[in-house]
Amino acid sequence: MSRDLVDDTAADAALGFARPVEPGSDPGPAHRVDVRRILRFLVRRPGLLLSVLLVVLVVLASFWPGLFTSRDPLTGVPSQNFRGPSGAHWFGTDELGRDVFSRVVHGAQLSLKATLIAVAVAFVVGSLIGLVAGFVGRWVDDVLMRFVDVLLSIPALFLSLALVTALGYGTVKVAVAVGIASVASFARVTRAEVLRVRQAVFVEASRACGTRWYAVLGRHVLPNAAGPVIVLATLDFGSAILAVSALSFLGYGAPPPAPEWGTLISDGRNYLANAWWLTALPGLAIAATVLATNRIARALDGEWSRQR
Amino acid sequence: MRRYVIKRLAQAVGVLWAAYTVSFLVLDFLPGDPVTAMAGAGMDSGQVDPAQLTALRHEYGFDKPVLVQYADYLGKAVRGDFGDSVSTGRPVSSTLADALPQTLQLTGAALLLAVFLGGGLAVLATYTSRRWLRQLLLSLPPLGVSVPTFWVGLLLVESFSFRLHWFAAFGNDGLRGLILPAVTLAVPTGAQVAQVLAKSLLTALDQAYVETARAKGAGRWRIHLRHALRNASLPALTVVGLLVGQLIAGSVVVETVFSRDGLGRVTAAAVTAQDIPLVQGVVVFGALIFVVTNLVVDLVYPLLDPRIVVAPGRKAVAV
Repeated sequence: MSRDLVDDTAADAALGFARPVEPGSDPGPAHRVDVRRILRFLVRRPGLLLSVLLVVLVVLASFWPGLFTSRDPLTGVPSQNFRGPSGAHWFGTDELGRDVFSRVVHGAQLSLKATLIAVAVAFVVGSLIGLVAGFVGRWVDDVLMRFVDVLLSIPALFLSLALVTALGYGTVKVAVAVGIASVASFARVTRAEVLRVRQAVFVEASRACGTRWYAVLGRHVLPNAAGPVIVLATLDFGSAILAVSALSFLGYGAPPPAPEWGTLISDGRNYLANAWWLTALPGLAIAATVLATNRIARALDGEWSRQR
Repeated sequence: MRRYVIKRLAQAVGVLWAAYTVSFLVLDFLPGDPVTAMAGAGMDSGQVDPAQLTALRHEYGFDKPVLVQYADYLGKAVRGDFGDSVSTGRPVSSTLADALPQTLQLTGAALLLAVFLGGGLAVLATYTSRRWLRQLLLSLPPLGVSVPTFWVGLLLVESFSFRLHWFAAFGNDGLRGLILPAVTLAVPTGAQVAQVLAKSLLTALDQAYVETARAKGAGRWRIHLRHALRNASLPALTVVGLLVGQLIAGSVVVETVFSRDGLGRVTAAAVTAQDIPLVQGVVVFGALIFVVTNLVVDLVYPLLDPRIVVAPGRKAVAV
């Protein structure tokens, strides 16, 4: 643990100026994984432990829904419609007698897929823009960052809606639309980090030694700039789940029988007066997942390395 | 000051132009042929009469070169003419203008709620010396940013309209119809305001001037509001400026949930009908709201914090 301390002071000294971020929020490129430290860190934070568990469960559900439920999400038993939550049907049943829990579990697949695509698009495109802007500098930087400013000036949901209008409906298209809407923040953070690292003495030194630009980029700049961008990606995961489910709630996601999380809630909306569980419980699944990823992002962002 | 204002105005116009260009690129190019989409919208079969297509192309100017089209559209847009809605045939600008008052009411109410409730929460959480209360209050904002807006809205309708019968579930009637949607829309915004304000209040309370005020014998409440809050409100103000665009966009979801008429419903309907001119109008309007609020925030900033000297050639924007 004292290793972190030394690393950080060394890094700060190397940078030659006070870093704007919390000292120690940079995970550093070459830390070995200390399992015991991770476990102790988690046990002291029951909320975080719960969040990690929940995210693991959601990921498992999206790959192997059969682990959690054996019921078919698409065919129901019409005689058993509108049953409230019970031991047999944890989340109750819907208007066609379909098991809502099974629909939520199977819906995780679609929603998580969309979220992953959205985050990947934002991450790849955004960091690439930020990287080029920060690394090349000069007019390229100006042009790219003005473009990013413009993206920021259009409210994210409007931008996503415009893209959905252009691209059409469907899970993947919605995901791409959500991803592009959050490209701007990735570009900004990456650029800031690249600029910060690029001014470091060790980068200057390796340049002076005649290292090629791509080696400087790959060996020095990228690993040192990655930390905050990864934190942002975790944070963006939560907001992407929300944005994707909002768009599928509005009806632009997968076509009807598919149990996307947002679609489940908009279906349940028609029966709000007599079957509260159709909206409340799938929504709870979304809220819990987002809360969990946000909690993890908070832990990655400083809490981990501040703890000694 | 005048140079500063003029410079900010010029920047604002530049951003608007660029936002228009981006929306033009996205909407009029990406799918290939907007005319087929327009003509095909509202028809069950994909079969469209080719002659009709050519006529439509000519009417919208799609048979001209791209740059000419762009210049034509931009020239009209500058004069406030975004063309006619494809689904209703009415001009986009008047469609938006008709829908706007309802949405401004909603977002205005939501903004007030967000600022007062979120701000109040932050002030209380940093003021109280009871640990459990502080913990409880500070756990609310992370919750607020994690819940889907449409879910909150539906839960409110479920409990306050269908069970308690306090408010009408749907529609635009008066203040009673406004409360639930405004609360729904205020939740994520208020949570973000609270997060930022609580953080900057904690920073401000650590400053030397707080110590000085305490040494001079000022009361805790007075220090908290007069000294710390005044300084801490600046970052929160910036965030509010950034959140206004989000509020307007949030009206799409909230107005759909509560079946309220307004800009959000118009937008949702336009996207469903692939009404490209209307969607474009909405996007540019969203950018306009964003640019105007941030312009106002930037201009108010020096008034709130006299230390920000607006010297020529110096930007007074602090984020």
